This record gives sequence, structure tokens and C-alpha cells, in this order.
Amino acid sequence: MKTKLTRKWMYHLVAAAGAFLMLYPVLWLVMSSFKPSTDIFVTAESLIPDPWIWSNYADGWQGIGDFTFATFIKNSLIIVIISTIGSTFSSALVAFGFARLKFKGRGFWFIVMMFTLMLPNDVVLVPQYILFAKLGWLNSMYPIIVPSFFGHPFFIFLIIQFIRTIPGELDEAAVMDGCGKFKLFVRIIMPLVTPAMATAAIFSFYWRWEDLLGPLLYLNKPSLYTVSMALKMFLDNESLSNWGAMFAMSVVSLIPVILIFFLFQRYIVEGISTSGLK
Amino acid sequence: MKPSLSQNLTGYAFISPFVFGFLAFTFIPILASLYLSFTDYDLLSTPSWVGIDNYVEMFTNDPKYWKSIEVTFLYVFLGVPLRLAFALAVAMLLNTTSRAIGVYRTLFYLPSIIGGSVAVSIMWRNLFGDDGVVNSWLVFLGIPSVSWFGDPDAALSMLISLSVWQFGSSMLIFLAGLKGIPVALYEAADVDGANPFQRFFKITMPMLTPVILFNMIMQTIGAFMTFVPAYIISKGEGGPMDGTLLYSLYLFRQGFVFFNMGYASAMAWVMLVIIGIFTAILFMSSKFWVHYETKGGK
Repeated sequence: MKTKLTRKWMYHLVAAAGAFLMLYPVLWLVMSSFKPSTDIFVTAESLIPDPWIWSNYADGWQGIGDFTFATFIKNSLIIVIISTIGSTFSSALVAFGFARLKFKGRGFWFIVMMFTLMLPNDVVLVPQYILFAKLGWLNSMYPIIVPSFFGHPFFIFLIIQFIRTIPGELDEAAVMDGCGKFKLFVRIIMPLVTPAMATAAIFSFYWRWEDLLGPLLYLNKPSLYTVSMALKMFLDNESLSNWGAMFAMSVVSLIPVILIFFLFQRYIVEGISTSGLK
Repeated sequence: MKPSLSQNLTGYAFISPFVFGFLAFTFIPILASLYLSFTDYDLLSTPSWVGIDNYVEMFTNDPKYWKSIEVTFLYVFLGVPLRLAFALAVAMLLNTTSRAIGVYRTLFYLPSIIGGSVAVSIMWRNLFGDDGVVNSWLVFLGIPSVSWFGDPDAALSMLISLSVWQFGSSMLIFLAGLKGIPVALYEAADVDGANPFQRFFKITMPMLTPVILFNMIMQTIGAFMTFVPAYIISKGEGGPMDGTLLYSLYLFRQGFVFFNMGYASAMAWVMLVIIGIFTAILFMSSKFWVHYETKGGK
């Protein structure tokens, strides 16, 4: 009995030590954001700030030039919210078509969809840039937002997998009652696939929030910068060595991500286990 | 039964967002990229046809290109196996019925969720600074500190360690795979007196091979395309001495820093071919090592 208890304690010791090691860099970042900039690297090995400094947050919030972090957060939120709504709903629509409707060429388009899922983004980077430049969309949010309204292969795949677990009799009964396909989708299927759509929405949020390449290519004036771009600008101004401010804003940029993670982790875990997202 | 015209129309109405998006943002751009790869194009003047010059230049006259290939292959072939090994080890550690598993799973996964962000790359950069935490620890352990930004190999190991740290999503997929292995198999092995090593190599590994294949393909493709950490850690330059010049970063620099759009397009096509070859090798090799259950199980 005693050995069993010892093993249990050993197990928790190993697991907790591993978890602490994993989280250590994040803790270091958070703690450093409360240290005076001059101390961060002098006391790099100690986690606890001495003294605790709150002004890093106020300093960092001043942002770049005339724009405070409020602007960057607002820009990020605009992009994230609109494109998340766009990609979630369009993906659900497409997924329903693939999973539940019979039409000529369905198999072909499904294969095309699975192929795009594996296509490296670098291949379309240059032509897309040229396309958006020709459309006069440089220095606007359109190149980042608009494509999300045409379904995202990963989310389509995820939602298809989920729709397949819903019994087909449900559709038949609805059609028997004179329900059209679109009504069937909106009234019956969509409410049932909300867990999958929630998963897609969460990942869309993450990817958009963390995206750097899009803003780097298309948003070249500070009034349009996202949080990621602003952090990148901070890093470029590193010579000012206001480390504390940069760390403080890094922490701010992670807060929404971590918050959503803890609120919705059940969906996230299921989404990854079924589709390998992320 | 052949679908009727109206069934066809309804079907296409539903998938039309994807079809349109694919044509506009993927298919036509792919063709355009292929065309541009045979041109010299700086975005301002019209593209001028140069035949295979870009490809010839790339393979015979651009040491930076070969350096980026070398760095990327090192990154992929060291990073992906290490990442999967950690993912599997932690998944096995967490494959028990303790009530605390949910908490541990969350903590081990958290780095992966924030891993793509600029903030984390900035953090990593500073952990490895000359006065950073990693060096403090090395000194504490009596090992000489390393100038992570001065030595190209050391700089690359910074990127690799960052990628290994984010093993969470593979871990979750492994966990789901481990949960799918019938307990009866282990019970039978116990009756036969199998030791833990035999249990692992005769049951766990073979049963997990489909999941391993899936993880390997997804992680390899993802690793080939890594951009943000290399960009942030090297401040967009790929230094020191091109030690962190990952392929995507070099492509970005050719296209959007030097405005060699044709050259960048040629690079993108070679990347597509390289990734295609590796995916094909993984798929084809799978019949020798991936074990599928015969009775319709998945």
C-alpha cells in the first residue's frame, strides 16, 4: 500500500515539475514585465521582481508615435472578429454541402479541398500580394479580412467530421416536413454543429490575433497596425532598451489568448484530437 | 442514382464560397506563381521572361539559397522528431486516470496555443540573450555561457528549442490515440508476462503508427513553413551569418525586401516540390511501418 502511495506522489512530482518547466518562460515574461528595465537582465535568474514596478504597463501603453496600444488592440479586434465570423459561417455552409448533399463533382471538389489543406501558403504569397496591390487594397484590412469569407479548409474538414456524426434520419424527417435545404442547414444542422463551429471560431481567433505576415505585408501605416505589428515595432526600437515596456505589452497581447484558452479548453482539446488543428 | 439538375445547383450553391475562394485565392495565384517564376519582376515594371534563369541562379549561384535549405532541413529534421518524441513521452505520462490529468494536460498544452505569437518569439529571444536566463543557468551549472546570437549553430538551436517547446497539439492527438488502444491488449500482454518495454514496442507503438504518420506529415509541412520565430528572433535578417535564415524567411526577403518577385516565386515552387516529395515519401513508406487494424477500425 505504501509503495502505491509513493508511486502516486512520484508521479505528481514528475508531472508537476515538467509542467513548471514548460510554463517557466511564460512566468519569466510576466514577472519581468514588473521589473525595472535596468534590472531585467541583471536579475534574470530570479523570478520575483524586487521592487514591483507597474509603470512598465503605462509606458508600453503609450505605443508608437501618436498611437497608443488602444489603437492596435482595436485594429486587431476588428480583423479578428470580422474574419472569424466570416470563416466560421462560410466553412459551416461549405461543410454542409460536402457532408449532406449529392451533386456532380462533389468527390472532385472534396479532393481539391483536402489538397489546399496541405498547400504551403508561400506558394500563393507573391501572386496574392500582386492581386491585392492591383485591387488597390494595400494599406487596408481587406486583404486580411476578405479571403476569410470563402471557407477555411481546416474548418470545413473539422465541421464535416462533426456533421457526419449526426444521424441522416434527421434530414429526411425535415425534408419530409417540406423543409428546403437551406432551411435544413440553418434550422437543424447549424444548431447541432455549434461545438465544431465554436472550435473553428476559437482557432480562427488565435490565428488572426497572432498573425504577423498578413499585417507585415499589407498594413504599413501605424494607424492600421495590429498588436503583433506593434510588438514587432517595439523590438525594432530595441535600442531604446525599454525592455520592461516591451515585456508588459507582450503580456497584454497574450491575455486574450490565454483567457479564451481557459474558458474554452474543452472545445480546443476535442478539436485537436479529431482534426489535428494547429 | 444521378443527382438532378436542381440537386446539382443546390450542392454548388453551398460549396460556392469555397469554389470561388479556391479559384481566386489559390488556383489562379498558383498558376500566376508558376508563370512569375520564369520572369524577372520588381512589381513596378512589367514582368520580363527570363526562362529558367531564376532556377539556375538559385541552384548554382546563390550560396544564401543553399544556406537557407541547409538551415531549414536541420530545423525540420531535428525539430520534428524531437517535438514528436516529447509529445509522445508526455502523452504517455498523462495517459492515466488521475483526476489531475486535466490540469496537467492544460499546462503542457498552453505553450502551443500562444506559441505562434510575436510575444513568445520576443520572450524566447530574451531568454537566450547574453545575460538571459538560459545563460544564467548554464553558468550556475558550471557550463560556460553561449553567445546565442553570435554563433549560427547556437542561434538555430534557439529556433529548434522553441519549436520543441510547442509539442502540445501532437501530444493531444497522441493522447486521443492512446485512449483508443483496447485495454484488453495490455491485459493479454500482462497474462503473457510482458515487461514494460515489450508492452511499449509490441502494443503501444504499432497501435499508434497511424497517428504518428498523421503527426509527422502535419508537423513536417508546418515546420517547412515556419516564419515568425525566425523573423522575430533575427529581427527579419536571418542572422547571425544566415544561421536562422529559414526558407520562408529567405523567400519573404527576396520577394518583399528586395522585390525579386520572380525569384521568390521560383523559390515557392521548389518548396512546393520539396514538401510534395517528403509527403509522398512518408505516405509511401507508411505501408512498411504503419499498422492499420484490419477490422474496419480507425
